[in-house]
Amino acid sequence: MRNPLDILKETPSQTAGPYVHIGMTPNVYDIQGVTPEDLGLRVVSDGVKGERITVKGRVIDGGGNPVFDCVVEIWQADSNGIYNSPAEHRSGVDPNFAGWGRQAAGNKGEFSFDTIKPGAVPVAGGGFMAPHISFWIVARGINIGLHTRMYFSDEDAANAKDPVLAKARMIGRDHTMIGKRDGDTVNFDIYLQGENETVFLDV
Amino acid sequence: MTERLSNTRQEAGAFMERDFSQHPPAFTPGYKSSTLRAPKQALISFASTLTEKTGPAFGHNMLGELDNDLIVNYARPGEEAIGQRIVVHGYLLDQNAKPVPNVLVEFWQANAGGRYRHKREGYRAPLDPNFGGFGRTITDENGYYWFRTIKPGPYPWPNGVNDWRPAHIHFSLFGSGFAQRLISQMYFEGDPLIPICPIVNTVPDKSAIDRLIARLDMNNTIPMDLRAYRFDMVLRGRRSTFFENRPEGN
Repeated sequence: MRNPLDILKETPSQTAGPYVHIGMTPNVYDIQGVTPEDLGLRVVSDGVKGERITVKGRVIDGGGNPVFDCVVEIWQADSNGIYNSPAEHRSGVDPNFAGWGRQAAGNKGEFSFDTIKPGAVPVAGGGFMAPHISFWIVARGINIGLHTRMYFSDEDAANAKDPVLAKARMIGRDHTMIGKRDGDTVNFDIYLQGENETVFLDV
Repeated sequence: MTERLSNTRQEAGAFMERDFSQHPPAFTPGYKSSTLRAPKQALISFASTLTEKTGPAFGHNMLGELDNDLIVNYARPGEEAIGQRIVVHGYLLDQNAKPVPNVLVEFWQANAGGRYRHKREGYRAPLDPNFGGFGRTITDENGYYWFRTIKPGPYPWPNGVNDWRPAHIHFSLFGSGFAQRLISQMYFEGDPLIPICPIVNTVPDKSAIDRLIARLDMNNTIPMDLRAYRFDMVLRGRRSTFFENRPEGN
């Protein structure tokens, strides 16, 4: 008889491989016309509330080489800290806000998302997380998708109270999760390995 | 983008801790591409926050009529892709054995000769002018999905000097929370290349590998047309929320 405490095991991850674009950004490469456009091209649309920013950066491997064949997804809250999701039980998400984006990196491993700065998101038990954007990276050679977060360099006070950043600070690596604000641009390079290795998350 | 398909309140608890024994470690020298792309530091673990408990949703109305039919979705009018005709079907469940309804499932694959339609692909097997290799669908209210395609071919790849990938189809899965995001590959029952594939063997647990292998499903095979393969997948489950009657922000 089945033990009632048994749970199913998660399907094992396998690498997205070198041809991930066929499945996730087909129009960028050679599969035009099956879908009118790739998913995740627009994180926000006209009329969105909040501060418009461009989040850009590169994904770099342990040898300093650009990860030119990766796909990067982002997920974030709207300017009031509300997620556009059926699993978000608060109402009032900005109707011009999708909150999810996806891009194939360019030849230099680069990505660039036009979005808005998210609001602070509450945590269980009270308090808030500092504004942040979730990143998920898949590619050839990445056996299981890598989660990380980008926080903002102009949010020192909020960052100091953030519970996830606090864990990274304990091991002296919180700086790898801070996007550097430069006007309307926030620069966030992701290092998969090496001296500057970004903090990745078991979420 | 978000279209709520029912007025049932979406389950929104924290996710169960991920069981990494079921997954490949990041650093797997047998699969050489992993060596410079594997983080060497420990992941930072924390209980799911709203950021991971939520995730994007996609409406059924976003799908084109042929999105789940790779035999014709790239073909010239009246023509079809070359290869062994199959249907792949199954259920997307969570670890609590509950269906995962209304979520996007994307898939991609090589053609019958083992060639991908991709500008960085150099294998000598020919392209099929009628085969793109991309499809997608959204699970129904029971977590069920299906698509029609041709069986992909095996192909050689530069890793060892004589490594061949078993026939496989790539899957990208969304759940209801971003923490459930998963990419995997489905293999075909009986393929002798499975046990000797360096990418398959990044998964350390043999029984976990077995769960990546689709079974020939004669009961759903369509006589004189196509064979069926059954492939169920499992995403992370959510914990019960006995005492969380005041979710974050309320």
